Amino acid sequence: MTTITEAPENVAAEGAHHPANPAAGDADRPVGHGRLQRKEDPRFVRGKGRYVDDLALPGMLHGAILRSPVAHARLVSVDTSAALAHPGVVAVITGKDLQGLGLAWMPTLSADVQAVLATDKVRFHGQEIAFVVAEDRYAARDALELVEVEYDILPPLTDVRKAMDPDAPVIRDDLEGRTDNHIFDWEAGNKAETDAVFASADVIVSQEIVYPRVHPAPMETCGAVADFDPVEGALTLYETSQAPHAHRTLFAIVAGIPEHKIRIVSPDIGGGFGNKVGIYPGYVLAVVGSIVTGRPVKWMEDRSENLMSTSFARDYVMQGEIAATKDGKILAIRTNVLADHGAFNSTAQPTKYPAGFFHIFTGSYDLKAAHCAVTGVYTNKAPGGVAYACSFRVTEAVYLVERLVDMLAHRLEIDPAELRIRNFIQPDQFPYANKTGWEYDSGEYERAMRLSMEIAGYDELRREQAEKRARGELMGIGISFFTETVGAGPRKHMDIVGLGMADGAELRIHPTGKAVVRISVQSQGQGHETTFAQIVAEEIGIPPEDIDVVHGDTDQTPFGLGTYGSRSTPVSGAAVALVARKVREKARFIAAAMLETRPEDLEWEKGRWFVKGDPSIGKTLAEIAMGAHGTVALPEGIDGNLDAEVTYDPPNLTFPFGAYICVVDVDPGTGHVTVRRFIAVDDCGTRINPMIIEGQVHGGLADGVGMALMQIIEFDEEGNCLGGSFMDYLIPTAMEVPDWETGFTVTPSPHHPIGAKGVGESATVGSPPAIVNAIVDALSPLGVTHMDMPCTPARVWAASQGRARPPI
Amino acid sequence: MMKLRLARPEWLIDINDLRELDFILRNGDVLRVGAMTRHATLLESAEVSRLFPIVSDAERVIADPTVRNRGTIGGSLCQADPAEDLSTVCEVLRGSAVIRGPRGERVIPLTEFHQGPYETAVAQNELLTEVRFPIRPRSGSAYEKVERRVGDWAIVAAGAAMSLADDGTMDDVAMGLTSVGLAGTVTEAEDLLRGKAPSEELFVEAGRIAARACDPVADQRGPVDYKRHLADELTRRVLRRAAVRATDSQEG
Amino acid sequence: MQISMTVNGAEVTNVIEPRVLLVHYIRDVLRLTGTHWGCDTSNCGTCVVLMDGTPVKSCTVLAAMADGRDIRTVEGLAAGGTLDPVQQGFMEEHGLQCGFCTPGMMLTARALLDKNPHPDDGEIREAISGQICRCTGYATIVRSVKWAAEHPRLSDNEQADAGPSEEFADTIPAEEVRS
Ligand SMILES: Cc1cc2nc3c(=O)[nH]c(=O)nc-3n(C[C@H](O)[C@H](O)[C@H](O)COP(=O)(O)OP(=O)(O)OC[C@H]3O[C@@H](n4cnc5c(N)ncnc54)[C@H](O)[C@@H]3O)c2cc1C
Ligand code: FES
Ligand code: FES
Repeated sequence: MTTITEAPENVAAEGAHHPANPAAGDADRPVGHGRLQRKEDPRFVRGKGRYVDDLALPGMLHGAILRSPVAHARLVSVDTSAALAHPGVVAVITGKDLQGLGLAWMPTLSADVQAVLATDKVRFHGQEIAFVVAEDRYAARDALELVEVEYDILPPLTDVRKAMDPDAPVIRDDLEGRTDNHIFDWEAGNKAETDAVFASADVIVSQEIVYPRVHPAPMETCGAVADFDPVEGALTLYETSQAPHAHRTLFAIVAGIPEHKIRIVSPDIGGGFGNKVGIYPGYVLAVVGSIVTGRPVKWMEDRSENLMSTSFARDYVMQGEIAATKDGKILAIRTNVLADHGAFNSTAQPTKYPAGFFHIFTGSYDLKAAHCAVTGVYTNKAPGGVAYACSFRVTEAVYLVERLVDMLAHRLEIDPAELRIRNFIQPDQFPYANKTGWEYDSGEYERAMRLSMEIAGYDELRREQAEKRARGELMGIGISFFTETVGAGPRKHMDIVGLGMADGAELRIHPTGKAVVRISVQSQGQGHETTFAQIVAEEIGIPPEDIDVVHGDTDQTPFGLGTYGSRSTPVSGAAVALVARKVREKARFIAAAMLETRPEDLEWEKGRWFVKGDPSIGKTLAEIAMGAHGTVALPEGIDGNLDAEVTYDPPNLTFPFGAYICVVDVDPGTGHVTVRRFIAVDDCGTRINPMIIEGQVHGGLADGVGMALMQIIEFDEEGNCLGGSFMDYLIPTAMEVPDWETGFTVTPSPHHPIGAKGVGESATVGSPPAIVNAIVDALSPLGVTHMDMPCTPARVWAASQGRARPPI
Repeated sequence: MMKLRLARPEWLIDINDLRELDFILRNGDVLRVGAMTRHATLLESAEVSRLFPIVSDAERVIADPTVRNRGTIGGSLCQADPAEDLSTVCEVLRGSAVIRGPRGERVIPLTEFHQGPYETAVAQNELLTEVRFPIRPRSGSAYEKVERRVGDWAIVAAGAAMSLADDGTMDDVAMGLTSVGLAGTVTEAEDLLRGKAPSEELFVEAGRIAARACDPVADQRGPVDYKRHLADELTRRVLRRAAVRATDSQEG
Repeated sequence: MQISMTVNGAEVTNVIEPRVLLVHYIRDVLRLTGTHWGCDTSNCGTCVVLMDGTPVKSCTVLAAMADGRDIRTVEGLAAGGTLDPVQQGFMEEHGLQCGFCTPGMMLTARALLDKNPHPDDGEIREAISGQICRCTGYATIVRSVKWAAEHPRLSDNEQADAGPSEEFADTIPAEEVRS
């Protein structure tokens, strides 16, 4: 395997120098991989992005949802008469109305059902009760206040630890035979083997580690414009969706509209982070509204609706244990997890894996044994559980193992970097079968760890810390080394509601040599229009600006499961590379016909097939395309175009990794944490556009600061959501984050056509443990060994006083 | 309030066009600040930051620059949010409020201005027109706020102001707290410090008194014990800083 | 009620409900959809526009309060066909990903540079601290603004000219895709 170490980019604060991409190799190649300004930017900087809310169709109405002010109650009555009488109101839809249409409930992405509008009970604060459709947004919201609802309040279940108590209120009495709040038990690894290793270990560190409920909160909230054409029986749905094809199939099932009559368009998306994977009642209601009124209906949620009702993430209470020898060989890890899924199980995990890929919790270490058990339960909280990079619970897994390893280092009095290095899976062990069933594709962990220590000036930082500690100042250095499993995934193992997780791609070369590539994944800011053009460019040698990338419209693109779980590059990226190679091969046959030679006598150089040994005789791709569409006599079995399509079924997942170091200062008097420095070394395999990769990493690091320091969706005892606005659900600003220091190594994936592994979620996954480890390190002179997120001033101060408490 | 549908006024009068209420004027030993003076203007005023550094301390941490471009001192005081910062600032500076109504103008000390959360001494048919601050020689002031994130309202904040006599003792001293349910200033501590020379022991004692005097409630920003601790910690910090500034002050 | 204001150099007059927020007036009435909306509590800054040259949150200003004022939105940033250095800087330094916060960020940057042509990192971060970006982690936004500071436009008194339009999006000249 080839690996290339590079000097870190942007080590200094001044930062903006951009080294050539090592993976791209020779600098004289005109196109392909490398730093390239984004093709989508010109429209965005002019304010010409096309987001769902920017759409105004002729005759369009506006919908607004009435939501429950209580967490658990029987619905006694919903009176809509006053709302209907309000000027400008066209329709008011209730759960009863939907019942008549068979649409009161919809299937979730996890084989459960979710109420579109409540009929029997409300089960969380913010649940959908009624839908008002009016001439404008103000009138619709005015009318909401006129809907009279009578509730019969039930005791709410908000404490996940009490969900399985015998006297806990049963939330899902709508499900046949339900007498408790249990959803699933799931385990991975070998329990007996793990317990045996623990029994003979010198040292065991145990800790309850909570990953509180957070919300991805993209800047654009969720929304849709539904346009139903009663004559054609056809639905066009403009939607904030990260997975338009999967949504179309589900809409066909839910609404009973034939799939070929449904077109889903995801225009520009103002950030997703997992929030726009699920299907929300609002989307269905916009469709129903349009069917009922015969006019297009827009539904765009408020921020409070977004935070209170759409897909949250995490909410894992993890009982973790790690076992080691006294000289620091890590032996085994085990955990029991209680997972709060809210009132409906609407997470989007592959069917076989109800806890996603949590079993990657063995991390980057060579262990003898591992076992995890996850129990999912219902509570009176908003449903979901998929969202927020990483969608598949890798975030929780990495946080657990990296916190435990740090605690172990503290216990053994071994430097946390040193302990990690001693236990890494070694390069010659790849492909590495871990103890819970994964096969890690490739890795060179120590090299990444050492690079990040070098950028950080690790030894110097430890010296500075010692001096500060002597003066009573609290400075902390935190490390996190993560391995992710992304790019879901092989069809034989992975599906979402029965849809295999493969992705299609189609490439057409027009007669003049310009191209259009159609992909099934959807950008929410990741720059697909640029990256995918670059992948094609690299393979067939026409410049990226000559390649149009079409995405986000089910009528225009091949089937595929969408963008989440960092799967775009690993899955669709592979599909695009392969479809380009298919076109290249086809071009070879056509070129051979044009040159009157045999295909095997031709050699490829970027953009051109030429005769081996005589480079002056050849055909460019444009010439070949013209030939294909022209009058060239085509060989047997080659049809008259230069197009191809593929569906890529990944043979395995990819395993990006990274080494992060965080430096914090804590004000002992106030508990206020300042993230002073953050060093991130990422290895995502082959780097297509380093600028975009760096951007993905930066965004994830800021996410990490948010989760570590301030983000939490809390509930009071009545089940009221306390995180329903940006005043209470805090997102870091430019003032809370440092100037990121990034570096990279390149360890290509051996099974991916271009060796790329995906990077979209790496930093969100990897950064929270580094920050929390740094804070605990800062507080360690005060005897602190663990604290849970969020590390708000109040919580840090309490920890410093020996009163650290879990957030839930 | 309107946007959150918490209020639906029948009449809304835009006073943004009352540009004559947007001023910062020095009249002898009084600084007059018009009610429509924007946060951004206060923050940028060299005169204000020289005379009353507490104002710049506070303005730097009120909301964010874009909000500060619109928000006014009058709006802040009249909104009377319990976590609002300028009330504490105005109180410790011993400011007074000029209120104008159909029956003319009245002037009341800022400590009587607030009458509970979201309630002030300004009647329905009155307008706050200006805030007046006494300028004193050898004075110093400071403000410190702990927040969960830049732009957030205070978990707790404290302000202090003092003026020094020729012998270096504190002629007058004032301490106030934001967001901890304290009406007015910490008079008990003020009485203790007045007439004495600034010292760390006194500041520590003042911190203790401040923590006792306040009445915080637990919320998402923090529990009661933490807020009391901050009242203590921040009171000490602002007193120290105000003392240094008073000693360095040239203003006579 | 009737209101009139200048938007990106063009006079506009409309009859509106007094309670209509400036952001909704700009988006729904003038159909300038580059100004976004992202929260209910004046915290996110995706709605920032320049009012008499000063960045304000247009969700926190009633349209009626903008009567008689000069409003500049992202559509008015480019002068003629020429992008503002701030727009160019955001493209050069990858200051945007999903683009949702970008108009507000660029307008604040423009106002900052008008006042302070050579801001340091701290001043830039402070200036945008009332605006949230979920995608970029801010560092590239800071670099973008610095890029703009280092590449001031040749004639600084060019007038912005993009008035209100009915268009959804215009076509993008190919030569600007790569520079
Ligand atoms: C996101 C955000 C964060 C904030 N953070 C902070 C913070 O950390 N600390 C802080 O102190 N403040 C904070 N604020 C408040 C901000 O400082 C504003 O000053 C405050 O909202 C008042 O705004 P305004 O001047 O526009 O007053 P308005 O909103 O126009 O008025 C507020 C109230 O006062 C009345 N009023 C206004 N002027 C007068 C007058 N002259 N006479 C009589 N009545 C009057 C109005 O009728 C109204 O009832 C924040 C605001 C926002 C939006
Ligand atoms: S929309 Fe969020 S601040 Fe204006
Ligand atoms: S670019 Fe997406 S929010 Fe800033």
